[in-house]
Amino acid sequence: MTDPRSLSPLDLETCEKPYLDSNELIINMGPQHPATHGVLRVILKLDGEKVLGTECVIGYLHRGVEKIAENRTYTMFNPYVDRMDYVAAVSNGLGYCQAVEKLLNVEAPPRANYIRVILTELNRIASHQLWLGTHALDIGAMTPLFYTFRDREEILKIFEKYCGARLTTHAFRIGGCQYETYAGFEKDVKNFLAFFPPKIVEYEALLTGNRIWLERTKKVGVISAADAIALGVTGPVLRASGVKWDIRKAQPYANYADFDFEIPTGENGDTFDRYMVRMVEMRQSLRIIEQAVNGIPEGPIMAKVPKVIKPAVGEIYHSIEAPKGELGYFIVSDGSTQPYRLRVRPPSFVNLQALDIMVRGMLVADVVAVIGTLDIVLGEVDR
Amino acid sequence: MLTSFMSYLGSQFSPGVAGNQLWALIYILIIFAGVSVAVIAMNWLERKALAHFQVRLGPMRVGPHGLLQPIADALKLLLKEDIIPAEADQVVFWVAPLIGLLAAFTVYTVVPFGPSQAVSDMNIGILFMLGVSSLGVLGIVTAGWASNSHYPLIGALRSSAQMVSYEVAMGLAVVSAILMTSLNESGTGTLSMIGIVQAQQQQGIWFIFKFFPLGLIAFVIFAIAMVAETNRAPFDLAEAESELTAGFHTEYSGLRWSLFMLAEYAAMIAVSSIAVTLWLGGWMHPFPNLLSAPAWEFIFSLFPALTFGGLAAIAFLGAARMPGHSFFKIQRAGLAVFAALLGVLALLLLVVAIAGRHADTSIAARFREGIDYVYWFVLKVAVFMYLFIWYRATWPRYRFDQLMKVGWKVMLPISLGVLIVTAIVGVLVK
Repeated sequence: MTDPRSLSPLDLETCEKPYLDSNELIINMGPQHPATHGVLRVILKLDGEKVLGTECVIGYLHRGVEKIAENRTYTMFNPYVDRMDYVAAVSNGLGYCQAVEKLLNVEAPPRANYIRVILTELNRIASHQLWLGTHALDIGAMTPLFYTFRDREEILKIFEKYCGARLTTHAFRIGGCQYETYAGFEKDVKNFLAFFPPKIVEYEALLTGNRIWLERTKKVGVISAADAIALGVTGPVLRASGVKWDIRKAQPYANYADFDFEIPTGENGDTFDRYMVRMVEMRQSLRIIEQAVNGIPEGPIMAKVPKVIKPAVGEIYHSIEAPKGELGYFIVSDGSTQPYRLRVRPPSFVNLQALDIMVRGMLVADVVAVIGTLDIVLGEVDR
Repeated sequence: MLTSFMSYLGSQFSPGVAGNQLWALIYILIIFAGVSVAVIAMNWLERKALAHFQVRLGPMRVGPHGLLQPIADALKLLLKEDIIPAEADQVVFWVAPLIGLLAAFTVYTVVPFGPSQAVSDMNIGILFMLGVSSLGVLGIVTAGWASNSHYPLIGALRSSAQMVSYEVAMGLAVVSAILMTSLNESGTGTLSMIGIVQAQQQQGIWFIFKFFPLGLIAFVIFAIAMVAETNRAPFDLAEAESELTAGFHTEYSGLRWSLFMLAEYAAMIAVSSIAVTLWLGGWMHPFPNLLSAPAWEFIFSLFPALTFGGLAAIAFLGAARMPGHSFFKIQRAGLAVFAALLGVLALLLLVVAIAGRHADTSIAARFREGIDYVYWFVLKVAVFMYLFIWYRATWPRYRFDQLMKVGWKVMLPISLGVLIVTAIVGVLVK
């Protein structure tokens, strides 16, 4: 195992030397760059095209979400979590609501759990679609981006009909869901279940067998299972390295234990395996949604939650399997209406740490491929 | 001057060969304007076709179906502030786009749109074309160097390495086509662009089908190498947007940037015309060996009129299908006028085709022939242009080392093998 701490940080003094005289080139990728998925800044140390080392500079999108939490009541903070990973807002909301429910010792009613699972899995598909489009664009394939965005629209339409918002949905409340499903919700979801599988085939037709795609992704950005675990990497990135770790199975939350689905894993931990894992995950999400929408029970959608949420003194850590990995909330309550401290464990932030050991020795073109395959959202990295 | 003007009419030779400077100038102006218009049309077509590949509409606002978009773009680029970065090498930065443009346009001197429809015919035509089009890389390298910035520098290095390595495979593929020209009755090969097409005419076969599949393999190698040569997707590493922001032209903007684009598209047309000349029979219509009866000649001579007539019909249909809202009034009228222009052009072409239907030496017949030649040549080039767009919509981008691997380890051995086998087969046949 390469201890990441043993890798020397970039020697930034070389920036001062005229680069034509030295063999190494320091270039600044971002924060304004088409392929850094927002405002990530990566300082690259290059020998020709070969990457000798990288250093990530983050914080360009820092909004102090965790500090804001300390000045808002538990209910008021709920919409803020949507703004972290804005392409998977439903997952963020689910994690937060469940963490507070755990703190309050409240259980969401079964019907609420079913709605939560359906929307969260739809959101997982939407997030993976966005990842696929941008990742393919980074590698130079323009067209999948438009296909995934076209199909993502169908999911966003369901969100919009359900709660009025497309991206920052604020779909769930502490204790359940605020909204009952609209008339025709189940039909819309079932339509999507029929609509989407051919679309995955369409994406795969463009990419999976493509020679150039295979050359660009196989053996690129390899990370071993041991390295991934040591760095705390989670989600599809970890599973592509061969570790069968998915919180939906390992520590089932909501009612994931009721559903029958598989956890896809890769073998080589390269970019292609991560691609395949996510493609299979989309299909598995469809399976979960199908079971959930067919088995959705009648009943209340909100548990009995006091109007003013005032949890007892204590602390709680709750994590869920967000599309990008383990999304955890650590909340310390001092018995008041506002959290004493709220800490988010964002998957993007932790996964981003693996960038350096994944791209060392690779070429510049692989850096963008690896940034794409890590599936980071800077809103979540910086918070 | 008038005698010089009149004396050339009906000539069998290109102005350069006939030594007529006035007509050479006229041809140069026609080709320059034609290529510029083709680049503008290509710009529109690329945006439109790419958009339709990607389930979107593309430009729709400026003019009907965005037909005037390239003009609006050109105006915008002309009016943009002219920025030269303070750290850049001012003179080289200024000269670089001109080098690329000059290289891209100079090759049109020998492009044979027809047996006499070329500015000139050199006995080393194909060498001249390959040589001058390779100078285009100088523009890119100097641009990347003069910008004095990291991304352009890397882009320039990539493109120089790429162009040099693909030129080798390209050159060998070209040589195998040139070998085929020596299988004439006279038994002498030629490097002249017009001579190469005439060789195909004499042998009654496009070289792509000659010694099947040898000609086809050489053609495919050339077709791949020419995409790499012009820095287009999937070999567009020099301007890889997602890696190097814009590659060698990161620091360029406005007019100078548009010169790079003009040069890129002009170079695309130039290399496509090499492919058309060497393998696809240049100005010849399809199946020159089978369908050469006068009746067939007449039918083929109707194609230009039919093409423009078809385009006019499509435009009319588009105008008719526009929403009835008054907002679309001007657009509808504009599209109808455009369709009418195309229709008039189609009628003129029809008149020419009928007036010059007899294969004699009258001016009308010569004119009809000339239009036929240019039409078939341009049509074949247009197919390549469309392929360029199709590639771009479909494929991811190669990585630098993989590109080198494909160039040196796959294409070079194959093209060398094809060359040797072609030579052996050629000797045996002779």
